[in-house]
Amino acid sequence: MACFIVPATEAVVVKVIEKAEEKKARDISKDIIEDESSITVPFKSKLGWLSNMLWGGSILLAFEHVWHGEVTLWFPFLTAMSDPLETEAMLHEMATAGLGMAVLVTAVWGGMCLVADSLVKRKKVACKVRTDHEGDTK
Amino acid sequence: MTLLITVFAAIIATVKWYTAKDDRLKLGSLCLMYWGASIMWFVDALVGYIELGASYFSPGIEDMINDGFLGLSVVALGLIIWLVRLLVRDPEGRIKSALLHKKTDVK
Repeated sequence: MACFIVPATEAVVVKVIEKAEEKKARDISKDIIEDESSITVPFKSKLGWLSNMLWGGSILLAFEHVWHGEVTLWFPFLTAMSDPLETEAMLHEMATAGLGMAVLVTAVWGGMCLVADSLVKRKKVACKVRTDHEGDTK
Repeated sequence: MTLLITVFAAIIATVKWYTAKDDRLKLGSLCLMYWGASIMWFVDALVGYIELGASYFSPGIEDMINDGFLGLSVVALGLIIWLVRLLVRDPEGRIKSALLHKKTDVK
């Protein structure tokens, strides 16, 4: 009915945080030259992943609702809004399916961030070991 | 059906992204878009299964055809969004150079 509204709202919030993070990163990079040992996947990039998943999913899901005639281009935009009983069912769906979608996408993104961080960490350790070994042989 | 088609689109896009030599085509955003949609439809399917039980897995022919068309339309819409974003960002500068070239021709 309107479950896509919940992840779409999260997408808007994530986009705002992403823009703020982008600005912060720009300000920091002016002042500090980053230490090589502190290189990780930037939080800005990670937010970009979540933003892409939420926006993409919400837009495609909204298209499905248009396909099924649940979303219209004229007021009140959601057909369920014209009947109080249907409005209640719509709110229930938003609270169950919509919230579930937002939570699962965010959980998958959290897993992606953990895997990405561990991969970068592993690569950094491998590089350090190789550099130490080359230093020893010299 | 829609979920299945979107999952296959996500898998194909991810394989293409992984095997691409560089990130010129920005396939990563296409992958994330399809995976996001797949996760959302998975939750939708889960809710449908909880409500309908095993009958959820035996839809009518008409429903399957409609869902199949919807799935293909969703994949097409995803590709259009990705293509428009790619052309707007113009990472290779092709559009910019084409427009500039046209301008010099007019002169």
